[in-house]
Amino acid sequence: MSAARRARIRRGALRLLLLAAALLAWPGNARADGLVLSLSKTRVTITSSFTGENIVLFGVIEPGADMPATGASPAHDVVVTVRGPNQSFIARRKERRLGLWINVDSRSFLAAPSYLAVLSNRDPMLMSDADTLRQEQAGFGNNRLLQRIGADYADVVPQDPFRQAFLRVKQAQGLYVENVSGVEFIAPRVFRAVFPIPGRAPIGTYEVVVKVFTDHILTQRAALRLDVAKVDFEQAVAGAAQDHPWLYGFICAFGAIAVGFCANIVFRRD
Amino acid sequence: MTIYLPIAELPVNVFTLLAMGVAVGFISGMFGVGGGFLMTPLLIFLGVSPAVAVASVSTHMAASSFSGALTYWRRGQVDLQLGAVLLAGGLAGTLAGVIAFKVLRSFGQLDLVIAVAYIVLLGTIGTLMVVEGFGAVIRQRRGVKAPVARPGAHPLFLRLPFKMRFRQSHIYVSVIPVVTISFAIGFLGALMGIGGGFILVPALIYLLRVPTVTSVGTSLLLTLFTMFAAIIMHAVLNQTVDAVLGLVLMIGGTVGAQFGARAGQTLKAENLRLLLGLLVLAVGLRVAGDQIARPADLYSVIIDERTP
Repeated sequence: MSAARRARIRRGALRLLLLAAALLAWPGNARADGLVLSLSKTRVTITSSFTGENIVLFGVIEPGADMPATGASPAHDVVVTVRGPNQSFIARRKERRLGLWINVDSRSFLAAPSYLAVLSNRDPMLMSDADTLRQEQAGFGNNRLLQRIGADYADVVPQDPFRQAFLRVKQAQGLYVENVSGVEFIAPRVFRAVFPIPGRAPIGTYEVVVKVFTDHILTQRAALRLDVAKVDFEQAVAGAAQDHPWLYGFICAFGAIAVGFCANIVFRRD
Repeated sequence: MTIYLPIAELPVNVFTLLAMGVAVGFISGMFGVGGGFLMTPLLIFLGVSPAVAVASVSTHMAASSFSGALTYWRRGQVDLQLGAVLLAGGLAGTLAGVIAFKVLRSFGQLDLVIAVAYIVLLGTIGTLMVVEGFGAVIRQRRGVKAPVARPGAHPLFLRLPFKMRFRQSHIYVSVIPVVTISFAIGFLGALMGIGGGFILVPALIYLLRVPTVTSVGTSLLLTLFTMFAAIIMHAVLNQTVDAVLGLVLMIGGTVGAQFGARAGQTLKAENLRLLLGLLVLAVGLRVAGDQIARPADLYSVIIDERTP
């Protein structure tokens, strides 16, 4: 192989890589092999009237090399996982001691998703074998939740009471969502999923991961990003509190006194 | 109508917040208490994180205490001199309380210590006030005059050295018990996250024999200064002051405080003390109930603030 030919191949490969990167970087759309995804919105903007929003994900599974383009297309299973920015949490357990319910035990959850939505077209447990599902973190119970155990970090068995309590509390807050019929196939290769971004959703970049199983084997995967950000007045207030804390503090303090003074004048009777 | 709180990062109903502000403001204006011990738990119940709740409530308390203090000031019911001495002791106590807070947290049982402190403190003060208040009300019904305090009848601790005359309060007492009381209140306030007005008012009335209305007016002045310092401290150290949340609470709170202050003026001093006693006792019982009753979920999850 001549040096010129080798260089041409390298250039060609580079061009392909750039094209793939450009496609992936295109906001709201992703294309990985045979999976095309699109979000109804790539940026959730929080204004003063924000109370939450539903985001729609569309996906098309293109016929790939592993599936025949002709004949009956095999059944596909889809798992959509949306993860919010990571946060650390402490879970505590109460017990009765001397008549009082007090915290006796606690666990630290390290870098757990602050928001988690898992949607699928059917129970993920039916899509593949348990090991594959756990490895791919497909399914609500299969998401890794690292706990601090001594000096180590590890995930524990799904039956662990702290792990279950953590998921239960987060679900009650509306920040963890599980829907085993949340992915709807419009056509054999076209699906649609709706996930809620609640009003109290944390700010940051969310990751939307889609995994397609065909005949119990993972065949496609693709990821998208979704930004949740404050804008306008909300951003101005949060920014001022962060960047000019002294000024912000004094404005708040004197503002409070001004409001108190106004109220006193307005209601003055004597 | 909902509004998004930019620092607390969640949407809440404006009218719920306004109503909470009015209700707590009414109580705070009536009794000269900051109302933090009522408002902070209410906000946490709405889903606001404790750090943001405590910091934002200070703006509400600054506004309503200023508005209330002005009303008392016009009637000559604020003792500036007593307020200054109390403030000096209170600031020193706050510093000691912050240090104790850190030490206790390192032992991991801060929640329990706070709950027990609430129960013991509120239970004791509430019971004493209710018993005394009932006694006073019954005495008045029967037409018996309350025993008049004579100079010679002062308890021993008021006759310690460094005596000072507080003209507005009509007392001539040693500075030592005044500073001790305000130090203890500053200490407990920092430890328990409360302004301490509901402890200060009874302490001024029963221990220092300050007239009830002057106690309330002076306590409002002290709350104003403490909360002003707290807003700046929280804004600079933690960035947890939510201006939008504070503003809504403040508007409701100052309106409520006006009506509260007026209601306080029309009530007889004995009834006012009895009512405050019942309120303090009720909050103490509520905290005790929370500790004794089996919680709905034995597990709780909080965001770990130490590791961002």
